[in-house]
Amino acid sequence: MHTVPKDRKRSPVATVLDPAILGPALAESVRKLDPRLMIRNPVMFCVEVVAALTTLLFLRDLATGAGGIGFALQIVVWLWFTVLFANVAEAIAEGRGKAQAATLRKARTENSARLLGPDGAVVQLVPATSLKPGDLVLVEAGDLVPSDGEVIEGVASVNEAAITGESAPVIRESGGDRSAVTGGTQVISDWIKVRITAAPGSTFLDRMIALVEGAQRQKTPNEIALNILLAGMTIIFVIAVATIPGFAAYAGGSVGVLVLVALFVTLIPTTIGALLSAIGIAGMDRLVRFNVLAMSGRAVEAAGDVDTLLLDKTGTITLGNRQAAEFLPVSGVSERDLADAAQLASLADETPEGRSIVVLAKEAYGIRGREMAELHAHFIPFSAQTRISGIDGDIGGGGISVRKGAVDAVLAHVQGSARSAAVGRGGTVAAVRPGPAVAAAEQELTAIAERVANAGGTPLAVARDGRLLGIVHLKDIVKGGIRERFAALRQMGIRTVMITGDNPMTAAAIAAEAGVDDFLAQATPEAKLQLIRDEQAKGKLVAMCGDGTNDAPALAQADVGVAMNTGTMAAREAGNMVDLDSDPTKLIEIVEIGKQLLMTRGALTTFSIANDVAKYFAIIPAMFLAFYPQLQALNVMGLASPQSAILSAIIFNALIIVALIPLSLKGVRYRAVGAAALLRRNLLVYGLGGLAVPFAGIKAIDVIVTTIGLV
Amino acid sequence: MTVNGWIQILLFVLLVAAVTRPLGGFMTRVFNGERSFLSSLLRPIERGLYRLAGVDEAAEQHWTAYAVSMLLFSAAGMAVLYLMQRLQGVLPFNPTGMAAVPADLAFNTAASFTTNTNWQNYGGESTMSHLVQMAGLTFHNYVSAATGTALAVALVRGFARASARTVGNFWVDLTRCTLYVLLPLCVVYALFLVWQGVPQTLGAYAEATTLEGAKQTLALGPVASQEAIKMLGTNGGGFFNANSAHPFENPNALTNLVQMVSIFALGAGLTNLFGRMVGDERQGWAILAAMGVLFLAGVTVAYWAEAQGNPAFAALGIDPAAGNMEGKETRFGIASSALFATVTTAASCGAVNAMHDSFTPLGGMVPLVNIMLGEVIVGGVGAGLYGMLLFVIIALFVAGLMVGRTPEYLGKKLEAKEVKMTMLAILCMPLMMLGLTAAAVVTDTGVASMANAGPHGFTEVLYAYVSGAGNNGSAFAGLSGNTPWYNLTLGLDMLVGRFLVIVPMLAIAGSLAAKRRAAASAGTFPTHDALFVGLLVGVILIVGGLTFFPALALGPLVEHLAMNAGTLF
Repeated sequence: MHTVPKDRKRSPVATVLDPAILGPALAESVRKLDPRLMIRNPVMFCVEVVAALTTLLFLRDLATGAGGIGFALQIVVWLWFTVLFANVAEAIAEGRGKAQAATLRKARTENSARLLGPDGAVVQLVPATSLKPGDLVLVEAGDLVPSDGEVIEGVASVNEAAITGESAPVIRESGGDRSAVTGGTQVISDWIKVRITAAPGSTFLDRMIALVEGAQRQKTPNEIALNILLAGMTIIFVIAVATIPGFAAYAGGSVGVLVLVALFVTLIPTTIGALLSAIGIAGMDRLVRFNVLAMSGRAVEAAGDVDTLLLDKTGTITLGNRQAAEFLPVSGVSERDLADAAQLASLADETPEGRSIVVLAKEAYGIRGREMAELHAHFIPFSAQTRISGIDGDIGGGGISVRKGAVDAVLAHVQGSARSAAVGRGGTVAAVRPGPAVAAAEQELTAIAERVANAGGTPLAVARDGRLLGIVHLKDIVKGGIRERFAALRQMGIRTVMITGDNPMTAAAIAAEAGVDDFLAQATPEAKLQLIRDEQAKGKLVAMCGDGTNDAPALAQADVGVAMNTGTMAAREAGNMVDLDSDPTKLIEIVEIGKQLLMTRGALTTFSIANDVAKYFAIIPAMFLAFYPQLQALNVMGLASPQSAILSAIIFNALIIVALIPLSLKGVRYRAVGAAALLRRNLLVYGLGGLAVPFAGIKAIDVIVTTIGLV
Repeated sequence: MTVNGWIQILLFVLLVAAVTRPLGGFMTRVFNGERSFLSSLLRPIERGLYRLAGVDEAAEQHWTAYAVSMLLFSAAGMAVLYLMQRLQGVLPFNPTGMAAVPADLAFNTAASFTTNTNWQNYGGESTMSHLVQMAGLTFHNYVSAATGTALAVALVRGFARASARTVGNFWVDLTRCTLYVLLPLCVVYALFLVWQGVPQTLGAYAEATTLEGAKQTLALGPVASQEAIKMLGTNGGGFFNANSAHPFENPNALTNLVQMVSIFALGAGLTNLFGRMVGDERQGWAILAAMGVLFLAGVTVAYWAEAQGNPAFAALGIDPAAGNMEGKETRFGIASSALFATVTTAASCGAVNAMHDSFTPLGGMVPLVNIMLGEVIVGGVGAGLYGMLLFVIIALFVAGLMVGRTPEYLGKKLEAKEVKMTMLAILCMPLMMLGLTAAAVVTDTGVASMANAGPHGFTEVLYAYVSGAGNNGSAFAGLSGNTPWYNLTLGLDMLVGRFLVIVPMLAIAGSLAAKRRAAASAGTFPTHDALFVGLLVGVILIVGGLTFFPALALGPLVEHLAMNAGTLF
C-alpha cells in the first residue's frame, strides 16, 4: 500500500536507541515503579507485587542462610527486570513526545498582550496568560499572538511555524474561513484585532503540548476492554497456579514459592501488558509526527474503524486548479484563432487557469508569449460581479478587445457591446436584435459548453471584439495515483464519497475518472451533514475533513472529523483531529495509522497468549520432577535442569518485552489487502510465530545459562 | 483401530450433520413464533398454558427480567425436587417403599437436575421412587434443557437484533421449547426405544429365576420415556446406575448409535438456528465446524488410546490387539465406547455406555478435557452454544484487532462490558474445577472417597468437580461421591457452573441487543471461513485448556507415563 508520500515533511523518527530519549527513559522507568502508577496496568502491577514478595523471601533466606540463594537472586532480579522493561517501553514512547513538547513550549514563552477597550482603543499591556475569552487584543507586526482567537478586523501575514513547522507565512483576515489565529504564532506584517476564544491554559498550544506529552492520556475504550481481558486472564492464572501446591501436596511433594511465582509471571500476558500503553502512545505519536493532532485516543481508534470517507473534490481528488485541455471554436473560427485570442486574454492573468491557457496555446499551436507593454494593452481583471477578464489594447494599430469568462457572462458581454455599438450608431435599444449568424453562434457556443460540462470540465467562453469565438475546455485534473488509492481503500472495505459543489453531471464524470464509489454533487453543508447521518444510520463510521465554519456541524457529527489548521476556530473545535498541514488527502493515512495501532495491539496480544504453550512445557516438568520423574517426558525442549528451565523461561519472558519494544513503537505494517488476507498473514506471523518462537528462545537461553554456569 | 471403528465414527458424524439443518430450521420457526406443522395441534395448548400462567406472550423482557424469571423458575424447581425426595416415603407411586433421601444427597440431586448436570450420587433403582423419577427428575430433564435452549436463543437474539431493549420472553421460550421441540421428539424417540426393547412400565420390579436357579430382582420402570429426554436434553441421568451401559437403557448397537446422535442433535441444530437468526447460515456452520474439529481430535485420541490398550496386558496373557476392554460392554466394543465417551462429555450429557474410570489414562483424559474446555463442543442443549459464543467473543477480542478494526462479531462491537461479562463467566470454571479439587485432595474426607491411589485417585476427584462445574454429570466412577463433603461441594460446584455463567451471559445478550449493527465490508473480520474456525479452536485450546495443564500433568499425563513404565494405580 502507499505509505506516506516521501515529499511530505515529517519530523524525524527517533530510534529506540537514541541516547537523548533512552537516558531519561531509564531513569523514568524506575520512577514508574511507584505502585500508585503501576496499578493503572493490572498485569504489570501483579508482576511488581510478586517481585516484591519474592524479594522479601529472598532477604529472609539470606538472613537465615538457607541454600539456593544464587538461583533465588537471579529469579528476583529477572522479575524486577520484567517490570522495569515494561516501564522503559512506556518511558521511551513518552520520551519521543516529550522532546516535541519541549519545542512547543518555546513558543509559549511569556509575552504580553495589548488589551483593547470596548471602544477599540488600546487600554493596557497585560500578561498573555491573563486573557479571558471575549477579550479584544491588538497584534502588530513582530508580535506573538497571545492566545487563540478570531480575527475581527484587519489582515496580516502570520508565521505559524511554531505550530505547523511550516515557515511560509499564511494570511489571516477577518470574516470567512481564514479568521482563526493560534496563540504562539507570529504576525509578520500588518496588524489584526483579535477576539480571544480560549480560556487561559486551554489554548490550542496548551492542548497540543499536553497531547504530545501524554500528560492527560486517558485509556481508550478498546484499551480499557483489553485491560479487562488481560486482568481476567491474570486471575485465571492465579487460580491455576494457586491450586498447584494442593495438588503437589496430595502427590507427596511440594513446590517452592519461587517456582510458583516464576510459572505465574510467565503465564500471565506480560508481553502485551508491558507494551500496551507504549503502543497507544506510539500510535498518537505517529499522528503527531505526521502533523496531525488527535484530540483523543478514541479518535485514533475510530479512524481504524472508518467505513466511509468523505473527501472534498478540490484539492483532495483533483488538483486545486483546473487546466486548459483543448480549444473548441464555433464554426467559422479556426482553433488557432481561438487559441490566439484566449492567449491574449490570459497574458496578464496570473491565475493557474490563465497560465494553463498560455501554456496550452504555446504547446499546441506554437503561439509565443507576448508582452503586455508591446500591445499597449491594459488588463481587465476578473471580478465576482462581471465574472470575465481580458485585455483592451491595440495590435498593429487596430484596437482590440478580448474577453474570456463564464459562458453566460461572456454572452451577456457580447450582447451588451453589440447594444452599445448600435446605440452609438443612433439606433434604439429595442431595435437591436442579434442577427441570425450571431444567434447561431450563441446556440453553438451553448451546445459546446454543455458538452464540456457533461464531460466534467468547465467551459470558458472567449470573445474578441464582440464576436464569440468558442470555448476553452478547462479540465479538473485528477491527481496521479489517486485512482489506485481508492481501489486500495475499497479493498480495505472503505467506501469513498466525493463531495463537490459541481453539478451532478460534472461530478459524475470526475467521480468516474477518479474511481470513487459515490459522490455528493451541489453539496451544501446541510446535505453533507445529512449524508453523514444516513451513513451512520446504516451502521457505518464516517470520516471527513473540513475547514469552514459551516463544516463544523458535519465535523462534529462525523466519527472522525479532521479540521484543517487553516480553518476557522469553529471547525477546529468541532473536529476530533486537527491537521496542521491542512492537507485533506491525509485522511487516508490517518485511517491507516488508526488501523496500524489496532493491529499492533492485536498482534502482540495474540503473540503474548500463544507464548504460554512453550512456557508450560518449560516449567511444568521442572516443577514436578522431584516427585514425578516420569514428567521428564514433557521436557520437549530438552532443557538442562529444572533450575535452568525455570530461569530460562523467566529470562525469555523479560527479554521478549525488550525485543518487541521497537515493533510496539513502529507498529505492525499495514497492507490494504482486505481483512481476510491481513488476518491470515498476521495469524501466521504472530499466532504461529507466538507458539514457535518461545520454544526456540527458551532453549537458546537455557544453553547459554548452562554454558556460563548461572545455575 | 479398525476400519469398522472409523466407519462407525464417520456414520455418526454424517448423521449429526444431516439433522443439523432440519432441526435448526424447525427450532428457528418455533422460537420466532412462526407456524410449523405442529402448530394446529399444539398452538391451542400453548395459548391455554399462557392463560393459566397469566403470561402475555407478546410482552418481551429486558435481559434483567429474563434473568430473574429464569432464576426464580430454577430456584422453585430445585426446592420442589428437594422436598419430593425428602418426602418420597409418604408420597404415592413408591411401589418398592423407598425411604426419604438424606438431606445432603437430596440437595446434591436437586442441584444436579436443576442445572442440567444429572450427576448422580445414588443408584436410581435403589434410591428413588417412581414419582421422584418421573415427576421430579424427568420434569427437570425437560425444563433444564428447555431453560438452556431459551437462554441460548436469548443470546442469539442479542446478536440478531439491533437497537433493541428486549431479548425475548423467558416463559414463552421455555414453553415453546418444551412443547414444540422436546415433547414431540421424545414421544417418537421413546416409542422407538420401546420397540428396541427398553422397558416402559409403572409396575413393580420383576422377579426372575436364573439358570442356576437363584432368584433375581429385575429393576423395571418408565425407562424409555426418561431415556429419550436424558439424551435429547443432554441430561445424562440414567434410570439405572449403570446408565447406558445397562441393557435395559441401551439394548443394542442401533439404540447406541441413535442415542449418540440424539445427544448432539439439538445442540448442533442450535448452531444452525444461530446462523439463521443472524441472517447468515454460514456463521452457524463455522461454529459447528470449530466444534467438529475439537470433537474429532478428541475421538481420535480416545479411540487410539483405547485401541492401544495397556502394555501390562501382555504379561497377563491378554491379546494386546484387543485393546482396552476393561469397563466396556462387548456389544459396543472399543470404537463405539470411545465415541460415546467423547460425545457424552463433549455435549455435557454425561450418559455413559462404558466406565470412564477404566479407560486408559489418555483415553480417560479426553472426556476430562472435553468438559474442562467449558462444554462447548456442541455442549449441553443451549449451554454449548452460549458457551461457545463466549469463546468467540474472547477469540475475536484477542485476534480481531489484527485486521485493524476494533473487535466486532456479526456487526456488534465487542467492548468493555462484553469482555468483562465474558471473563466473569469463564473465570468460574477454573475457580470451581481447580479450587474444589485442590481443597478435596488435601483433606482426609476428600481423599477417603477415592477408590484408587496416586494420580488415578487424583483424576477421579478432578473429574468429579470438572463434571459438576461443566454441568456434564458423567462420573469417572471410582469415587464414592455420596458423602456430605462431596454432596455439598459438588452441589455448589454445579450451581456456580450453571448460574454464574448464565447471568453474565444474559447481560451480554442485553448489551448486544441494544447496540447498533455495524455494516460489514471487505475490512470486516470474516467469521465464516476456515481461518476463523482455526483461530477459534486455537483460542479454546489455549485459553480454555491451558489453565488445566498442571492438573492434567499430575493426573492422566503422569499416569500414562507411569503406565508405559509399568506402574499402575
